[in-house]
Amino acid sequence: MKVLVAIKRVVDANVKIRVKPDNSDVDLANVKMAINPFCEIAVEEAIRLKERGVASEVLVVSVGDDRCQEQLRTALALGADRAVQVKTDSTVEPLGIAKILNAIVKKEECQLVVLGKQSIDNDNNQTGQMLAAIGNMPQGTFASEVVCEGSEVLVTREVDGGLQKIALQLPAVITTDLRLNEPRFASLPNIMKAKRKPLEVISPEELSVDVTPRLTTVKVVSPAEREAGVIVSSVAELVEKLKTEAGVL
Amino acid sequence: MSASILVIADHNNETLNAATLNTLQAAAELKEKTGSPITVLVTGNACGAVADQAAGVPVTDHVVLVDDAVLLNQLAENVAPVVVELCKEGGYSHILCAASTTGKNLLPRVAALLDVAQISEIVGIVDADTFERPIYAGNALATVRSSDSIKAMTVRGTAFAAVADNGGQAEQASLSVVAESGLSRFISEDKNISDRPDLTSARIIISGGRGMQSGDNFPMLERIADKVGAAVGASRAAVDSGFVSNDMQVGQTGKIVAPDLYVAVGISGAIQHLAGMKDSKVIVAINKDAEAPIFGVADYGLVADLFDALPELEKALS
Repeated sequence: MKVLVAIKRVVDANVKIRVKPDNSDVDLANVKMAINPFCEIAVEEAIRLKERGVASEVLVVSVGDDRCQEQLRTALALGADRAVQVKTDSTVEPLGIAKILNAIVKKEECQLVVLGKQSIDNDNNQTGQMLAAIGNMPQGTFASEVVCEGSEVLVTREVDGGLQKIALQLPAVITTDLRLNEPRFASLPNIMKAKRKPLEVISPEELSVDVTPRLTTVKVVSPAEREAGVIVSSVAELVEKLKTEAGVL
Repeated sequence: MSASILVIADHNNETLNAATLNTLQAAAELKEKTGSPITVLVTGNACGAVADQAAGVPVTDHVVLVDDAVLLNQLAENVAPVVVELCKEGGYSHILCAASTTGKNLLPRVAALLDVAQISEIVGIVDADTFERPIYAGNALATVRSSDSIKAMTVRGTAFAAVADNGGQAEQASLSVVAESGLSRFISEDKNISDRPDLTSARIIISGGRGMQSGDNFPMLERIADKVGAAVGASRAAVDSGFVSNDMQVGQTGKIVAPDLYVAVGISGAIQHLAGMKDSKVIVAINKDAEAPIFGVADYGLVADLFDALPELEKALS
């Protein structure tokens, strides 16, 4: 079974971002970039499926300008077999990404797609569900456990208040939650080997998909800052202040 | 008839989830700006009581009930086509649902089937086409305008006050537009049963972080929670360390909360945790590290060892 994983190049999770002075967007100049953490979990899961003999090939895809090749090489170093960059210099919204991925899933005849549940830049949490819709596939979102069983994949989902277990017919789309696995680090020999693994570059046009944006960003601002309050000296003072000053107890 | 606003009810087949009342406030603001009526869609099984409840919400104009066994567990593969079918008939301009795990699972599937974008976790409504939403874990706030004919959006409950839930008498209609997709199957659900209030609706939350050292120490928080009717939460660090289950996680990747009082115990205050709780009315931090970033957002800080402070706090509240 061929598994497709899509990854996104995003700002590193530890970077404190700044809004541009003209409020047009977030300033990403000279900021450290990385694979989106949820996508990293998706890559890890796909590699584990291959190590368990469930997956025959792991194909990793990213949509973006040439800089995303850096993240594709990282995924190859982690254990993906082959990479595809869908090259575009413009921003593609989740709906457009879903259409691109669907075209690749069909072309490559992938049986399972594993994606991060959301990216830590736009926090949309949409692409997997949209891909499933467009490809008429079932979706196992926010997965904390994935088990392949015959023509089905059993997914444990992190839902409000607990866990839900569902079975999906293949082909299917899975989106990862935090506890699915703990991603490995790439070893130096594997980083060297990854340089020789195939990385194909294609365009959205070659896939005949329309990725015209539907949304316009009017402005981006910093949220209202919270002021630091007072330091109290004891539990007694804290309780007193919560009762009389704040009135919340 | 002018285009109307569709709100997808979040419920458990018995009662309306409180988050739906917040979503309805967002819908009410849209109604004010556009003059469009509000229709609440209830999909589920044996969920007539939920439809009655939705009809009793004064801002609701119509309720559509789709009651069928295949909708029992809210599988997106079965529910999405129902919403799409309704949109084809109804001429809806906006589709809203709560940004719960159910809503987040369902709505993008609906949006893609309608070939429209989704706007996730809106926190403000500027006009009929323009909405505010947090990006980068709440470290920036974006205003986005949609050019789609139907605006699909999930609503962050903490950004909208709940509407009144009784006194209304909206008309109800039933529809049967269901087909089993055959794509997915529900197996089981393992809900954490607790007498404490739900994190997203609790008035007071007390959360523990890595400083708690072990899941065995969480009862210290639970005993205090029970004294004041609070919910118990945790930071991602505490979840990652295996102290407690992930559904207790407060933060960008967990639950977004905004209680009247949030007490952070042994939590350093990573960006991703702050993103989940910084809209709380009053924040208290208890941490032995005076330099912890959590003190930068706390209204009241106590620099102390939590293993001394918690028993004292429990006693003070007795």
